[in-house]
Amino acid sequence: MTWIIQAALSFLAAIGFGIIFNAPRKMLFYCGVVGMAGWLIYSVSELYSGDAVKASFLGAFAVALVAHIFAKRFRTPMIVFSVAGIIPLVPGGMAYNAMRHIVENDYITAISFASKAFMVSGAIAMGLVFAEVSIQLLYRGRSKRRRTT
Amino acid sequence: MSDKEMAIDCCLLAGRLMMEAGAETYRVEDTMDRMAKTQDLASIHSFVTPTGIILSPGSPHHTKLIRITNRSTDLEKIALVNGVSRKLSTGEYSLEQAYERLKEIEKANVMFPLWLQIAAAAVASGSFLMLFNGLWQDVAAAVFAGGIGFIVVTFFQELTNVKFFAEFVAALAVALTAFFAIKTGFGIELDKIIIGGVMPLVPGLLITNAVRDLMAGHFMSGLSKGAEAFLTAFAIGAGVALVLSF
Repeated sequence: MTWIIQAALSFLAAIGFGIIFNAPRKMLFYCGVVGMAGWLIYSVSELYSGDAVKASFLGAFAVALVAHIFAKRFRTPMIVFSVAGIIPLVPGGMAYNAMRHIVENDYITAISFASKAFMVSGAIAMGLVFAEVSIQLLYRGRSKRRRTT
Repeated sequence: MSDKEMAIDCCLLAGRLMMEAGAETYRVEDTMDRMAKTQDLASIHSFVTPTGIILSPGSPHHTKLIRITNRSTDLEKIALVNGVSRKLSTGEYSLEQAYERLKEIEKANVMFPLWLQIAAAAVASGSFLMLFNGLWQDVAAAVFAGGIGFIVVTFFQELTNVKFFAEFVAALAVALTAFFAIKTGFGIELDKIIIGGVMPLVPGLLITNAVRDLMAGHFMSGLSKGAEAFLTAFAIGAGVALVLSF
């Protein structure tokens, strides 16, 4: 039950960001799907591994993978789909906690939160790039035709 | 205007539109190169940064520079320009048609209405509160805070044109709304409400683009977009911290 709620909420959040970033109207639904896929993979792997860094990597990987599939299918730039999907993974909570502890003069805790946030953003970046590179390798292997997107 | 000059102007216009709409640098260069190749401008070189585009079509044509002053996020515009470039390379559009279409895209306002954007920001804030294990009782406060934050950032952006100031004031407004929600008993967890309400302001697109550009070897654009993202994050953090420190 919680998973269904989580899926619905991440779908809503991604569509909300699609509207803020003015995604093409017909693509809003798919933006939501990308956001949902990324968030579900992220929360499942965080539940089982307990590590936000690994989970963010997998989540970002899923986002880029699904976004790329949609981009090929609808002949639209990949960025239309990936942006809304990445937002839920951004370590806003950790950055907030870091800021809060700095204000409270608790610099040691702040640094540990900030390092974690930094690691998570690095993991998201790695996930995005890895997915893109592996898809390009896959396509190059499968056919020699020119890249269309 | 000769055909080649028009092709050069067409490339520059496409590049500027994409950059203003927040596309990745490598995609802008790729699109401009592709469009130029279809118009027999083989020795073209482009240098794209977030603040300007330099395009050298090779002799006998002059190198051109175009300035980019305001950048926003408009995914639909990116998709439209991309479509024009694709139709030009498949031969579906002639050069004149493509240039006319790009001019139409430049003038057209394809943004969603403001009320819908505000509603979207509010709903997204509420959803994020729940995704981050918030309490159901806090949803109303987060929706309210997110909506107010988005209204404030749009208003101050129009008023002052200083992005970082607008984001600072918006984060301040979100934190104040959350603070008063706690005081009046509408909310319970201050932290979660603020995190949810601040999410629509987070520079997600900038961060993704900065990393993508760095990985593609566009260090200038990557670093400058990274700096913009860092300043935005700092403005949000400072706005929230100001309220928390009382």
